[in-house]
Amino acid sequence: MNKPKPMEMASRIPQSSSVPKRSRSYFDTLWKDIRRDKYLYLLALPGLLFFLIFKYVPLYGILISFQNYSPFAGMMHSPWVGFEHFQRFFSNPDFAMLFRNTMAISLLRLVLFFPLPIILSLLLNELNSVIYKRVVQTVVYMPHFLSWVIIASLTFLLLAKGDGLVNKIFESLGWAKVDYLTNPNLFWLMLTIQSIWKETGWGTIMFLAAIASVDPQLYEAARMDGANRLRLMWHVTLPAMRTVIVILLILRLGEIMDVGFEQVFLMYNGAVSQVAEVFDTYVYRVGVQQGQFSYSTAVGLFKSVVGLILVVFANWLAKKFGEEGVY
Amino acid sequence: MKESFGDRVFNAFNILILALVAICTFFPLYYVLVVSFTDPTEYLKSKFIIFPRHWSLASYEYLFSTRAFLNSVGVSAFLAVVGTACSLVVSSSLAYVLSRKRLRGRRIILMLILITILFNPGIIPNYLLVRNLNLINSLWSLILPALTSGWYIMLMKGFFDSIPQELEESASIDGCNDIAIWIKIILPLSLPSLAAFGLFFAVGYWNQFFNALLYLTDSSKWPIQVLLQNMLIGANNTELSSDVFVQPPPAETLKMAAVVVATVPILLVYPFLQKHFAKGAMVGSVKG
Repeated sequence: MNKPKPMEMASRIPQSSSVPKRSRSYFDTLWKDIRRDKYLYLLALPGLLFFLIFKYVPLYGILISFQNYSPFAGMMHSPWVGFEHFQRFFSNPDFAMLFRNTMAISLLRLVLFFPLPIILSLLLNELNSVIYKRVVQTVVYMPHFLSWVIIASLTFLLLAKGDGLVNKIFESLGWAKVDYLTNPNLFWLMLTIQSIWKETGWGTIMFLAAIASVDPQLYEAARMDGANRLRLMWHVTLPAMRTVIVILLILRLGEIMDVGFEQVFLMYNGAVSQVAEVFDTYVYRVGVQQGQFSYSTAVGLFKSVVGLILVVFANWLAKKFGEEGVY
Repeated sequence: MKESFGDRVFNAFNILILALVAICTFFPLYYVLVVSFTDPTEYLKSKFIIFPRHWSLASYEYLFSTRAFLNSVGVSAFLAVVGTACSLVVSSSLAYVLSRKRLRGRRIILMLILITILFNPGIIPNYLLVRNLNLINSLWSLILPALTSGWYIMLMKGFFDSIPQELEESASIDGCNDIAIWIKIILPLSLPSLAAFGLFFAVGYWNQFFNALLYLTDSSKWPIQVLLQNMLIGANNTELSSDVFVQPPPAETLKMAAVVVATVPILLVYPFLQKHFAKGAMVGSVKG
């Protein structure tokens, strides 16, 4: 009753429509259905408002990347400048640096981190003792739930030059101290190791689920044919995980532009700035800290658009491989 | 079946490797705990500590005597409790509605939500929105923009999809409207799952760092993660200038005590999380 619009449409449209009868009944039932479910719409209202305000209004805010936005003038009165900020960004040496750092961190993660949960779940699957398996799982899943601030604290505690544990041990052995945290050559590797420590255990969940769905008869049959444990792993378990591996690999490809603001930001310091700056940290520094809103929105928009293309492409690829795709 | 020699070697290796993995995962956490309970002066003198000779609560006593730390724990607890409650209400109501197949416009809304998963406008438009809403330096800036996400809606919808529609038909014959059905029938039925979602929300709020960094400049409102980061950065700066002959205060044990306090709530809910997450993570990562 408080939504008269469809009713108006229902009475207006039939006049201009060539099949008035059908349209009328369509809008009548539509209106009836909406009235029937009015409490459902009411129930959905808070959530819909959330998506409208916090997910769709910022989409409108993207427009400031084509302006010289000034917070005082507001969007309405800021001058339009077209693609100026994008041109500035692409001709800036920062662009190549950000791109290189993002790719390096993502690819290292793909090469060094991605296979580890697969291996770990294979090993877990081969354990005979259920209790031992559960204990190992409980321990290795846990870091997933710790915040990056805590992970950074642990890294400082272990690797700091002054009184980090590793350097204390080196010192007591009479070796020279190594400054891991301010060494640009080690920075990407250190991030990768952090990710490995935090997420390898958690990453096994999907693979273990895939393994659990294998028909035990397959193992039985293979064993009859004389396959040993390694061959069972290679010919039965791994093929069963193939779907999940392909999907996850493609998903990771789609996320290649996302290297995680918090992790990089927390490990950032002046000595490693040339290898540590990625799109998100750059946007934060230039936008939030220096107030260049339009320019940093343009940088963020570039990252989002490339990310969107990658995700859509990844999903297409997944379907091409005969998998279900993600959406 | 008798195990062959090769099998036994394999088993031994496997057990050993996994033990190493578990130890490597566990050791940093153990070390933090030990350092936080070590006598501050002993920590500075000793080379490295695997087990302290003198246990001490000094770091914790100092930590809990500072207003800033107590404040930040309070803020984080507030976020975890109030934020989780708000998140659960908003997400579960929308997800439930979207799971009702008879609903008009359901597909369009689902499409619009999917778009928000695929495309993110970036940091600055979100920041400017929060600024324009006058939420800067308000704790609501950490709750409202993080209330839910497309992923959570899809996950919860998947769960509500599995509740048979006949249940509500009988209730509507009894004269209940849809909101009453949701409160009286659907919610009590889904309590265990809602509890699991609630734990995930709570961990998310407790661990929230990025939004607090963006939206809070007033240090009296900092949640524990931001306070912790500031303690760390302070140490990192002295690290960088370690050639200067100024001995930093025994801040290390203090920092680690703060890390422990920030970790304990996670460890407390971890057993419950573990019970539920396998299923949740499955649904969330493979199917939208």
